[in-house]
Amino acid sequence: MAKKLPEINSSSTADIAFLLLSFFLMTSNMEQNSGLQRRLPPMPDENQEVQNQKINRRNILVVKVNSADRLMAGNEPIDVSLLKYKVKEYLVNANNDPKLPEKELKNIEGFGEYEVSRGVISLQNDRGTSYQMYIAVQNEIVKAIDELRDEFSKAHYGKPYLSLDEEKQEIVRKAIPQNISEAEPKDVSKN
Amino acid sequence: MAKFGRSGKREVPGLTTASMSDIVFMLLFFFMVTTQLRETENKVMVRLPEASQAAKLERKDLAAYINVGPPTRNLQAQYGNDARIQLNDSFRTIDDIRDFIATERESKSEADRQFMTVSIKADENVRMGIITDIKQELRRCSALKIMYAARKPAKE
Repeated sequence: MAKKLPEINSSSTADIAFLLLSFFLMTSNMEQNSGLQRRLPPMPDENQEVQNQKINRRNILVVKVNSADRLMAGNEPIDVSLLKYKVKEYLVNANNDPKLPEKELKNIEGFGEYEVSRGVISLQNDRGTSYQMYIAVQNEIVKAIDELRDEFSKAHYGKPYLSLDEEKQEIVRKAIPQNISEAEPKDVSKN
Repeated sequence: MAKFGRSGKREVPGLTTASMSDIVFMLLFFFMVTTQLRETENKVMVRLPEASQAAKLERKDLAAYINVGPPTRNLQAQYGNDARIQLNDSFRTIDDIRDFIATERESKSEADRQFMTVSIKADENVRMGIITDIKQELRRCSALKIMYAARKPAKE
C-alpha cells in the first residue's frame, strides 16, 4: 500500500511572496510622466523669403524674462503671481479696448459664431534665465488659458472643461486657442 | 454579570492565514506588471520644476527623453558641475541630438511616428541657454512635439 504523502507546509509561501513583493516595491519607480506640452514652430526654410508676418501690434503680448528672472509683460514689470490676471484680461478684452487684441467672428462647427480673440502671447527669455522661472511663467500662462476655457465651458455647457466630452472640448479649444509663441532666441538683456 | 461570565470560557477563533499568500501574490503581480526596471542609468541629477498645470503624457511609449542637469556627485570630479545633456545612457552634446531623434523615430512604428513627443527633463536650476539650444536643434530635426517635464506640486 502506498505511503501517505506528507502535506507540504504552505505557511511559508506568504513569506516568500512578501520577499518578492518588497523587491518589486523597491525597484519599481512609478514615474509620473507629466509636464507642459508644447508645439515648436517649424524651422523657417532658408530659401523661403521671410514672409511679412506683420501681426498687428495690439495682438501680441510680449512677456520677457531676463537673466535675473525678472518679468516684464507688455511694457511694465510684473510679478509672476499677477501674470495670470494680466493674460486673462488681455485675452478677454471685455470692453473692446483698442489697445487689447482684436476679435474675429469665427464660425465654430457645432457651436455657432463666436468672437475669437486673436491675441498671441509671445514669450521671450534670456540665455541666463533659470529653467524654473521659465516653467513658472509658462505655467501661469497656461493656467490663465485653462481658466478661460473653464469659464467658457461653464457658461455654455454648465460643466468644467475637463469633464466635457471630446467633441465639446474641441469646440472650447477653438473658441479659446492657446496661442503661445516661443520666440527665436535672443538676448533680452542687451536691448 | 452572566454575560461577562460566559465570555471568558469562549475561545476566539483563530484567523485563517491561508488566504494571506493569495493577497500578497495579488499585490506582487500588480507591482510586477507596473514596474519597469530602469533601462538607463541616470548620469545627471534632475530635480524637475513644479508646475500646477502639468498634464499627463498620454502615450508613454512614444516618448523620447532628453535629460539635462549637472552630473551626479560621483561624476562631478570627471565632468565638472556644469549642466550637461544625457541621451540614453551617456553624456552627449547638442550635435548628437539629431542622431538620437533619428534613432528614436526609427524605433517607433510608422503610424505612430508623428505622435512622438520629446520630453525634456531638465533640472530646475539649469539656465535657459542650453534648453534654447536643444529646442533649436529639435526644430531643425522637425521634432516639434515637445514636453517640458514638470511635477505637480503637493496639494495646498
